[in-house]
Amino acid sequence: MGILDVKDVGKRFGGLQALSDVNLSVRENTVHAIIGPNGAGKSTLLNCLVGKLMPDTGSVLFDGQSVLGRKPHEINQLGIARVFQTPEIFGDLTVMENVLIPCFARRDGAFELNPLVSVASQKDMAAKAEAILADVNMAQSRGVHAASLSRGDKRRLEMAMCLVQEPRLLLLDEPTAGMSRADTNNTISLLKEIKAKRDITMVIIEHDMHVVFSLADRITVLAQGTPLVEDTPERIKGHPKVQEAYLGTSDAAA
Amino acid sequence: MLGLDRKDTGLLAVVAILALFAPFILNPFPQGSELAQFNAGYPDLMQRFVIFGIFAIGFNLLFGLTGYLSFGHAAFLGVGSYAAVWMFKLLSMNVIPAILLSIAVAGLFSVVIGYISLRRSGIYFSILTLAFAQMSFNLAYSVLTPITNGETGLQLSLDDPRVLDGGGVATSLPLTNFFGIEMRATETLNLGPWAFQFNAGYYLCAILLLVTFYISIRIFRSPFGLMLRAVKSNQQRLSYTGLSTRPYTLAVFVISGMYAGLAGGLLASMDPLAGAERMQWTASGEVVIMTILGGAGTLIGPVLGAGVIKYFENIFSKINEGVLHGWFGALPDGLENAIVWVLARFTGEGWHLTLGLLFMAIIIFLPGGLVEGGRRSRALFRRRGRRGGAAEEDAAKQRAARPAE
Ligand SMILES: Nc1ncnc2c1ncn2[C@@H]1O[C@H](COP(=O)(O)OP(=O)(O)OP(=O)(O)O)[C@@H](O)[C@H]1O
Ligand SMILES: [Mg+2]
Repeated sequence: MGILDVKDVGKRFGGLQALSDVNLSVRENTVHAIIGPNGAGKSTLLNCLVGKLMPDTGSVLFDGQSVLGRKPHEINQLGIARVFQTPEIFGDLTVMENVLIPCFARRDGAFELNPLVSVASQKDMAAKAEAILADVNMAQSRGVHAASLSRGDKRRLEMAMCLVQEPRLLLLDEPTAGMSRADTNNTISLLKEIKAKRDITMVIIEHDMHVVFSLADRITVLAQGTPLVEDTPERIKGHPKVQEAYLGTSDAAA
Repeated sequence: MLGLDRKDTGLLAVVAILALFAPFILNPFPQGSELAQFNAGYPDLMQRFVIFGIFAIGFNLLFGLTGYLSFGHAAFLGVGSYAAVWMFKLLSMNVIPAILLSIAVAGLFSVVIGYISLRRSGIYFSILTLAFAQMSFNLAYSVLTPITNGETGLQLSLDDPRVLDGGGVATSLPLTNFFGIEMRATETLNLGPWAFQFNAGYYLCAILLLVTFYISIRIFRSPFGLMLRAVKSNQQRLSYTGLSTRPYTLAVFVISGMYAGLAGGLLASMDPLAGAERMQWTASGEVVIMTILGGAGTLIGPVLGAGVIKYFENIFSKINEGVLHGWFGALPDGLENAIVWVLARFTGEGWHLTLGLLFMAIIIFLPGGLVEGGRRSRALFRRRGRRGGAAEEDAAKQRAARPAE
């Protein structure tokens, strides 16, 4: 049994069967990549994990507890953080504030009425936020409004917001899309560093095979809402079915 | 100082000076001069400035921080007024119990309304709050007349029990007081042609304004305030960050309802009567306009907005045709009549028109309200002063350091 167990999950949108019979077991402290063509249902699967969508069938267990029916904030508090495909950040706030919010959320739980404490007086929170900003190379933008960042920077910021919570399971939906080659490589080494430093499990959706093969311990190929194969990166590379269904096609694999 | 950083301490000091010296500041024109009618330094109006300032500060905590636009905030003000008058009737003419009860009752009321209305956001939230306020307004005129005294409004009467300071055999209505200091008590200081009025009630309100302004700064700068701004920015991200948004929005809704209740209690403390019209939707709309005019989401904006609107309502509205004729009397008759006719559309009874135009101009050209106007003109001066070079850099710095003045 893994830290995340997805059993027989199915989800239908009107006439479209977006997910069917999805079974997936992610072992603790591994990086599990999910690849597949556009519209395969990868993001939909993540939506079922974080409480954004309720699957029609099946079950999802995180560390032995069911996550289905829990609210998004409750699922986060179990230790699951997610980087979205289109960055979800606090656009009106500064980069620093964006990172402070998850720091406080981690420390204080779902709700804390502390109207007479000042943010500036919480030096430990600020130190934590500064450290993670340095990790993602964004310390110099701490006072910038998040909405004005480039797409790649927004994604790095969102990653920092998730990492600062020290989640047990980190879900990454195309974390390097829109990033330059250099930033992509930085992201790869950042994720590797984090992995080396502490216990963390990652599920990563990615079209960039360089990223996938640099990070993944296991890969699941999803096509038309069903897992096609699941194996180690080496075997996936040579798998004929995968070649045919995904890697062989020219568009996304580039 | 007081847990504030230097900039905020400065801001609080400015507001404190303005509030404490208001009797001078608002009375710049000598008695009997042509311009004396523009003086706003008389107790009744000064009290309104600060009471509505408190109301707007509280409203801004909800609207400015979370973006939830309540269209029914006057209901809490009205409820606060009724609660205070009841306290005067039943317990004592001391304003303290009355004010405390106003805050408590408005707080309870806003727990209920907030709990229900906050199930929706955006326009639906606004409509729900509006519906609740209109419901309260109508109930005050109908079913609840035993409590509200319907259209007459709730007033003191000679046979009120007033258990603490004895109803007894009073022959005239008692006055509200703060441990013996009558709220109506006014000292006049005559300095040459000037007459400055210092009113006890005004100073009570002014001190409470400072307290509430201070609390508002603390809330703005707290993690709680940060989360409220996060609610405004991206609720979805906030919930995926492990925070439940509802308790935050409800908490600030109740705090802002209590501010409104305090304002209502103070209105009744200055003049012990309460009527349902205080809860009407126009009154709710007024606080929205005050906040936006001054600058929603800024600290000082709502206070400025409240001041401008109350000034317009009370002073600008006095410039009638007679006054205008006085000003333009030197002109040839035809021209004089023409000018007076045109100006009279905008002044006197036409003050709403001027206010409307001003409001529109601000929304279109200065979406950040008067505070943004001030910020822009300061930046302009600085650029002029320095001429080129560092100016661009300066503007960029200003933009980066934006949050709340
Ligand atoms: N909320 C929704 N309502 C209706 N249809 C949806 C919804 N979310 C996803 N879909 C549909 O489900 C299918 C799977 O979408 P999904 O976003 O999961 O694909 P994906 O594998 O993440 O693709 P991509 O690589 O482009 O991100 C698509 O056809 C999409 O249009
Ligand atoms: Mg997707």
